Amino acid sequence: MSAWKIFIRGLWEEVPLFRLVLGLCPALAVTTSLINGLGMGLATTSVLLGSNFVVSLVRKRIPAKIRIPSFIVIIASFVTIVDLMMHGFTPELHRALGIFIPLIVVNCLILGRAEAFASKNNLGRSLLDGAGMGLGFTLALCLLGAVREILGSGAIGGFPVAPESYRPVLLFILPPGGFIVFGLLLAGFNLLDSKRGGE
Amino acid sequence: MNFDSLFLIIISTIFINNFVLSRFLGLCPFLGVSRNLDSAFGMGMAVIFVMTIASFVTWPIYHLVLVPFGITYLRTIVFILVIASLVQFVEMVLNKAAPALYQALGIFLPLITTNCAILGVAVLNIDDELTLIEALVQGLSAGIGFTLALVLMAGIRQRLELGKVPESLRGVPIALVCAGLMSIAFLGFAGFSIK
Repeated sequence: MSAWKIFIRGLWEEVPLFRLVLGLCPALAVTTSLINGLGMGLATTSVLLGSNFVVSLVRKRIPAKIRIPSFIVIIASFVTIVDLMMHGFTPELHRALGIFIPLIVVNCLILGRAEAFASKNNLGRSLLDGAGMGLGFTLALCLLGAVREILGSGAIGGFPVAPESYRPVLLFILPPGGFIVFGLLLAGFNLLDSKRGGE
Repeated sequence: MNFDSLFLIIISTIFINNFVLSRFLGLCPFLGVSRNLDSAFGMGMAVIFVMTIASFVTWPIYHLVLVPFGITYLRTIVFILVIASLVQFVEMVLNKAAPALYQALGIFLPLITTNCAILGVAVLNIDDELTLIEALVQGLSAGIGFTLALVLMAGIRQRLELGKVPESLRGVPIALVCAGLMSIAFLGFAGFSIK
């Protein structure tokens, strides 16, 4: 597989959130606005890059039997780093994402990439894979966040875009909106896919 | 001991801040294991069991080990390791001590390590500054709330199998939309502000 292919498949073919439905909990919980979605996406991407990097470096030294606990420790260390950095540099975002920052540890996407890709591939390819998958995840979160923010508060990234007469539907930034918007986006994605497949 | 506050925790964790429907914790098993009622119930029981024990174990570790030594920043790493080994341990003990229970919960136990609701409840217990008893009660009721949502969902999905669902909505998307509707129903509980 070419390097470009490794990178790009995370963005469309194997977009983690829509294709594999991985990493759902943070995706629905924090995407009440575009900014929160972007923040969560970037935090996850940095953890993913870090963990893919280290896992790929030590992949030949870790005995197969204890690889999963080792991966978890590596991931948890990067999550702690990101957690502390965000606490220091972006305290507001840190507060908005709250409990979901430590919970990046149990995001199946990260462990999934460590196990399925980084533990079998060299450094460069693992980094590309992490970047692609992370970016795909981030874009999906942004999409979800933007849709919910427009419908729920008539703004995007904090700037009002809807006409004055638009009455924001608060439901969309409440939890039910997360489920419904994501369900419909997923359906749209499937529809698009079957159209393309049918050609 | 203040029973009012315990009662408040029970009601608010099961209904008002339901782990699945309003906090978005534990969505993977919620979508993955809700295809039939029996396995949903089995998974629910396993989660209640592990959540209660995890709350009971992680609280003393945080307050008696991490806080005195000033290494609270290691919380995430320590908790995930403790939970992972706890699940292994529970699995082995159940296998020896209660084979019937092991048979019933067995296949669900390994899946639980990556259930973010377990780590979630452990972290929330600390963030909410609960006492040990309150943490225990919160762990138990979070598990009950999870089971409630999971079993309700499984009932709905069993019916959905028979319904006419448009091709592109079949499977996960329609389940998510149903979850959204359930979540709206649970929003109604938010009206009970017991203060």
